[in-house]
Amino acid sequence: MPGLVHVTTTINGNQTDFLCEPRQSLLECLRDVVGMTGSKEGCNDGNCGACTVNMDGRIVCSCLVLGVEAQGAEVNTIEGVASADGLHPIQQSFLENAALQCGICTPGFIVATKALLEAEPDADEARIRHWLAGNLCRCTGYDKIVRAVLDAGERMRAG
Amino acid sequence: MRAIDYQAPTSLSEAVSIMAANGDRARPLAGGTDVLVQLRGGRREADVVMDTKKIPELNTLNLGDNGLQLGAAVPCYRIYQDSAVAAAYPGLIDAAGMIGSIQIQGRATVGGNLCNAAPSGDTIPPVITLGGEAHINGPNGWRTLPAENFCTGPGRNALENGELLVAIQLPAPAANSGTAYLRFIPRNEMDIAVAGVSSTVQLDASGQTIQSARIALASVGPTPILATAAGDSLAGKAVSDEAIAEAGRLASEAATPITDMRGTIRQRHHLVDVLTRRTLNIAIRRARGEE
Repeated sequence: MPGLVHVTTTINGNQTDFLCEPRQSLLECLRDVVGMTGSKEGCNDGNCGACTVNMDGRIVCSCLVLGVEAQGAEVNTIEGVASADGLHPIQQSFLENAALQCGICTPGFIVATKALLEAEPDADEARIRHWLAGNLCRCTGYDKIVRAVLDAGERMRAG
Repeated sequence: MRAIDYQAPTSLSEAVSIMAANGDRARPLAGGTDVLVQLRGGRREADVVMDTKKIPELNTLNLGDNGLQLGAAVPCYRIYQDSAVAAAYPGLIDAAGMIGSIQIQGRATVGGNLCNAAPSGDTIPPVITLGGEAHINGPNGWRTLPAENFCTGPGRNALENGELLVAIQLPAPAANSGTAYLRFIPRNEMDIAVAGVSSTVQLDASGQTIQSARIALASVGPTPILATAAGDSLAGKAVSDEAIAEAGRLASEAATPITDMRGTIRQRHHLVDVLTRRTLNIAIRRARGEE
């Protein structure tokens, strides 16, 4: 019976140590071990994107990463998006554009959107819809989300 | 998921020892987008999950005079973000850029797609038509296998116990050649192919005559299928709608689809015909440098 493994990783800029079983996903480790419950479990098989985190500069489904694979990695989660000064422009525009209803998918959408707009702040609607195809929302019908992302892009371009 | 032991070897020899010592109780892990789902769902079992991402030979993406050495653990995004690789192998990029979501493409690998041996694996047909070879290492040393012989059944591949797919070698693209992959899905993104076709053509210098062609099919048989007769029918023919239509007909004949939740036998035969003609036309335009 394999024991617990000590993992040292960087989460939202802070060095974080945790113990996990090798079979545990990064999502389980974030939520149940580290206590960061912002990343959500939807499908637990890579279809819904609710668990999206940024790992070493790429968005990934944290349900499809083992916690032990985060050893030495830079992980950025929804908890790191807002700053001490307030909400991130993406979060603000999701609020103002009513781009969420139940909110379960929202952390994944925001983490995915942040990766897109930081690289391509002028992403157009087609690009946004393509980029966010791995994030499912059963409430909004997506239009409000896409409008929020376009609006956030505008805000980020304006600085 | 039941308890596993996680190993992350940093050399190929260490990895082969782990695979040899554990036989079919060891499961290599690359992107994890299939294997973790299967382990969790009980469709595969393993005592040891061996992470292959720290092994240099499996992480190599090297474009040289001999073509592309594509390590089995290289994720899709690294392939399509490499502008030289993307320019040399647009047919591979067609597939690597359409698997799953952006999140999945950040992890999923062509090597894993081959090893998972799903009939619908999108990257397998272009690897086959491009003349890809699987480079395999194991307790008895190295062997190579043409990509079209790698998948042996749904979810089954040609690896023996203890063997590891190390890399896929794609030959350098011939002059005046082109490749394209298309699949049919009822949505725009995030779906599994109802049918998929890759075509590779090599034209003569004038761009008017097809010297050789290879056509491979996905999701229309127990494994990806190299439609040999369809490709061979084009050799020596002038580029024409009639020749392309005949290849489409022969490719459709090579398909052995089933009816399931994604599509019917009849629809899939039809799709192979249409997708073969479309991919041949794109491959010809690419071979001519028109796109």
